Amino acid sequence: MTWIWSNLDLLWDRTLDHLVLSVPPIILGFLIAVPLGWLANRYRAGRGVILTASGLLYAIPSLPLFFVIPAIVGTSLRSPLNLVIALTIYGIALMVRVVADGLASVDTDVRQSAVAVGYSGWSIFWQVELPLAGPVLLAGLRVVAVSTVSLATVGAVIGAQSLGSLFTDGFQRGIQAEIIAGIVLTVALALLLDGALVVLGRLLLPWTRPATTSRRALRAAQLGEVSA
Amino acid sequence: MIEFRSVSKKFPDGTVAVDDFSLAFPSHRTTVLVGSSGSGKTTLLRMINRMVDPSSGTIEIDGADIARLEPVPLRRSIGYVMQNSGLLPHRTVIDNVATVPLLRGVPRKKARADALALLGTVGLDQTLADRYPSQLSGGQQQRVGVARGLAVNPNILLMDEPFGAVDPIVRAELQQELIRLQSELGKTVVFVTHDIEEAFLLGDQVVILRDGGRIAQVGAPADILANPADDFVASFIGADRGKRALHLERRGDSDLLLDSAGRLAGVLVQQGPTATDARADR
Ligand SMILES: Nc1ncnc2c1ncn2[C@@H]1O[C@H](COP(=O)(O)OP(=O)(O)O)[C@@H](O)[C@H]1O
Ligand SMILES: [Mg+2]
Repeated sequence: MTWIWSNLDLLWDRTLDHLVLSVPPIILGFLIAVPLGWLANRYRAGRGVILTASGLLYAIPSLPLFFVIPAIVGTSLRSPLNLVIALTIYGIALMVRVVADGLASVDTDVRQSAVAVGYSGWSIFWQVELPLAGPVLLAGLRVVAVSTVSLATVGAVIGAQSLGSLFTDGFQRGIQAEIIAGIVLTVALALLLDGALVVLGRLLLPWTRPATTSRRALRAAQLGEVSA
Repeated sequence: MIEFRSVSKKFPDGTVAVDDFSLAFPSHRTTVLVGSSGSGKTTLLRMINRMVDPSSGTIEIDGADIARLEPVPLRRSIGYVMQNSGLLPHRTVIDNVATVPLLRGVPRKKARADALALLGTVGLDQTLADRYPSQLSGGQQQRVGVARGLAVNPNILLMDEPFGAVDPIVRAELQQELIRLQSELGKTVVFVTHDIEEAFLLGDQVVILRDGGRIAQVGAPADILANPADDFVASFIGADRGKRALHLERRGDSDLLLDSAGRLAGVLVQQGPTATDARADR
């Protein structure tokens, strides 16, 4: 315990490092997965190939990946960028299928009616399909966020400072408090990002708000109809 | 006027949904396409706003071949109401109604003000404006659907079984509401249904369809009732089961109307202005 109190600065720094390593891959993975998922959903022929290929990305073990990425991208072996790229790849692996499923979940009637009233091709995607896929995308993003935060700890092995560094350092120096702090902070950070996504979802997807208000509104609406 | 000339539609999978359909839909009147499921009603309707393009034949609106018009602006100039309302679940009622005017570049403030007024036109309380569609009853959703269809003040209103999914009481209400609206607005309405009662109630011109969009009979409801063209039509409108052949029978003080099986169909009352007669006067 005393170790923790005297090392608060270190814990804070590692937490920030961890955040900086995990947030960009979550966002990048999502941005790259959207067009791939769109393609998979749009073209039947491509669907199997894209979904299988992206799913297989997740099967690549992380350690070899840390050596392959520098060779391909030209980063130095100890660059934190390698970790960001690796985590982005894992994010894509999880999200492509989610995006494809989310777009497929949009009700055909709603899409047809958007066409019928005069939405043009791309505006249907941006203004109808993507927002309506929102709840599915959000569920997928929450999984990606938690898994990315957890995976980012392996960065310690290749020298990317993160909460994982607290495990390696704690093991080497036999400081149990440091190891435990690393684990607790990783879990806390995962929960924090998850919570942030939930709040973001509430703001961006107001029509999916919990049933309590809507059920009351529905009852009021039915009363309104009787009086109308 | 909407005019179909020898229009056929064969889908890529080989289904012939519409086979050589020719008909004029007069302006400011309601034409009802009625037929059983799969008879090509939706396909016919969707050819009018180019959601479906014919394989052969031409369709003209006020003399202009619609094949030469851009589909998106064409759709934005025609109202479309469908079953289950087709409202955008992620937009509030007011935003749903304002959708098409906004797409057409009407300023936001004006679009919303117009939309609010339209809610009143279709008999909805303006307090519902900020609800999401899922927070409305089925009947209210359909009213919003109608308001959205009217939002660009289109000449043509296409309605695809708009009241098919609501309960009979609400359906009757919505039908009366549409009759009232149409008597005020005089749109060129193309209304699709599989319900012959609804067709006779709403249609100035009723088109009875067989499979493949082939016309079994066209005419005013009274003409079709009086002279069914063939057995198919007679069966479709229930004339073959004697449901439409009524006779009078006096019991006590009242004149009862009975069908040929002897089932009670109604009571004869003194002629006088009633709610439904108002329509016949128009
Ligand atoms: N996109 C499509 N591809 C293939 N067949 C279709 C398509 N749309 C409709 N059909 C077929 O065309 C026929 C008429 O369909 P439709 O116009 O929807 O009938 P209705 O609205 O009268 O029920 C049906 O046999 C239907 O299965
Ligand atoms: Mg149909």
